[in-house]
Amino acid sequence: MFRNQYDTDVTTWSPQGRIFQVEYAMEAVKQGGCAVGIRNKTHAVLAALKLSQDADLSSYQKKVFKIDNHVGIAVSGLIADGRILCRYMRNECLNHKFVYESPLPVARLVRDVADRHQVATARSWKRPFGVGLLCIGHDQTGPHLFQTCPSGNYWEYYAIAMGARSQASKTYLEKKLDDFEKCDLDELVKHALRALEESCGTRKADDKDGKLTKQNCTVALVGEGKPLLVLDGDDIAEYVDAIHSEQEEATGAAAAEAEMSIDTSQGGDGAGDLPSVPTQAPTTETGAAGGDGQAEEQQPMEEG
Amino acid sequence: MIPHCQLPSHIATGPHVSPFVSHNEAGAPYGDHRSEDVHVPANPASVPFAVAPSTDKGEVAMGEPRKHTTTPYVTGNSVLAIKYKDGVLMACDMLGAYGSTKRYKSVQRIIRVNDTTIVGASGEISDFQYISNLLEELMTQDFCYDDGCTMTPSEIHAYLCRVMYNRRNKMDPLWNSLVVAGVDKNGKEGNKSFIGSVGMLGTSYTDSHVATSFGNYLSRPLFREFQRDDMSLEEAVSLMQEALRVLFYRDKTSINKFVLAKVDGEGVAISKPFALDTKWDFKAFMNPSKHAVGSW
Repeated sequence: MFRNQYDTDVTTWSPQGRIFQVEYAMEAVKQGGCAVGIRNKTHAVLAALKLSQDADLSSYQKKVFKIDNHVGIAVSGLIADGRILCRYMRNECLNHKFVYESPLPVARLVRDVADRHQVATARSWKRPFGVGLLCIGHDQTGPHLFQTCPSGNYWEYYAIAMGARSQASKTYLEKKLDDFEKCDLDELVKHALRALEESCGTRKADDKDGKLTKQNCTVALVGEGKPLLVLDGDDIAEYVDAIHSEQEEATGAAAAEAEMSIDTSQGGDGAGDLPSVPTQAPTTETGAAGGDGQAEEQQPMEEG
Repeated sequence: MIPHCQLPSHIATGPHVSPFVSHNEAGAPYGDHRSEDVHVPANPASVPFAVAPSTDKGEVAMGEPRKHTTTPYVTGNSVLAIKYKDGVLMACDMLGAYGSTKRYKSVQRIIRVNDTTIVGASGEISDFQYISNLLEELMTQDFCYDDGCTMTPSEIHAYLCRVMYNRRNKMDPLWNSLVVAGVDKNGKEGNKSFIGSVGMLGTSYTDSHVATSFGNYLSRPLFREFQRDDMSLEEAVSLMQEALRVLFYRDKTSINKFVLAKVDGEGVAISKPFALDTKWDFKAFMNPSKHAVGSW
């Protein structure tokens, strides 16, 4: 549990120049259920894999939230922390609407949320938020997709995935990136779901055979003249069925694709220019920070 | 001017002094000029605003609400604005009147807020300076966010409504009537002109043409008859000049020194001060008392 003497609070640096509490928080994001976001010139979509304590006995935890008519988020990590940020974002949007009678620009909202993340890393009596957000929205500058991180960093993307086994999704997104720009909303949703399915894995706890079902995923979409829509359950069945039947039609190709994605996810850092947060390359610092870090970080990934 | 004898001296000695501020020699932060011989417009009822200043000139009796600014001092008069084909025009004179004295004659009452918006104000000049600072802060924020979003005229209009209404609720109104005009470039169907008005109580409306104070009576009838949203710039300018001329002829607190501001897709342009040709040598003016038989 206690790796070293420098991880008891967020304001203590390790001699190597790391702040372990922040890195642990980012680790929590990596272990959350996968979420995928894509945007093109007209729309932005989110797809998220919902985890459940027990697929048979409990419901799935909600992790895509509508913030306002033009903004939605997907949460990976500690969903309870995510709901705090969700409430904050809803408040900000309402206040802006009250004062200016117009929707809050997405980039400003995300920056304010990132600032909240950051402040939590700089106060000795606080702890970092254990969540990363994917935030989609549409404003006067068009559709947007942002990712926030417990460290206070945030990035804008054309497509991104985060959470458990998200590397597989990222590989899919990188491969299909050029297709997103010209495809319509339905096709964009399907791309997001296909990317998400790459990250389903084959875990006993949350799904039987690593397939998307209408119960275990959520989609949110927004675009010009299209208020944010969160699709769940039966609303999403059509999309899920569609990608599955397409896959069956081209089983050979699908199998090849699945193989590829497994390859790359094992390759780890090989995928290259993803947003590099310090914890993404713990292997390089094993010698300096103590070898115990490595083993610990791998283990919860499997339990998740 | 202010009948001190009616009030206990410890309660109030001037129109702006709260009873909670000690007013001995040492404690008075502003010296004497605020306490005794403050120049107040002789008859507050003559000040042309929608709500008459309170009869007690802002003095506060114990247990009464505080009334900080219930009398305007230096005021500007009408502001006019009309839409035309490519954008909006706004105009007003440059007078800062001290009561009915034409005290300051180079007061810029139209400000550029950003590339798409201008705001004009009638009423208390110092309150308008405060509002200008608020807007300046907003624009600084826009700049600092650095995300390519700028405020639209309608957002600024909504913001000013909130500010004005908020101050009214504090019983401390900003004594202005504001006109917000500009072009919204974010719409799908191209540039969209916007003109909105905000009253001192936070009342607001939008229209194709707007005027404040006397302009409501003297200029808007002209606008109603001649203004069209698709009129050319030349037509709009000459209509505006005509409206200004009428205002100057009939409004006592106005001067023949105007500014005209324009917002279109290109940006904001505010003119240098100019004067209009006027004609006063009418025959009827030669012997003004001729038709006023039986007065003095």
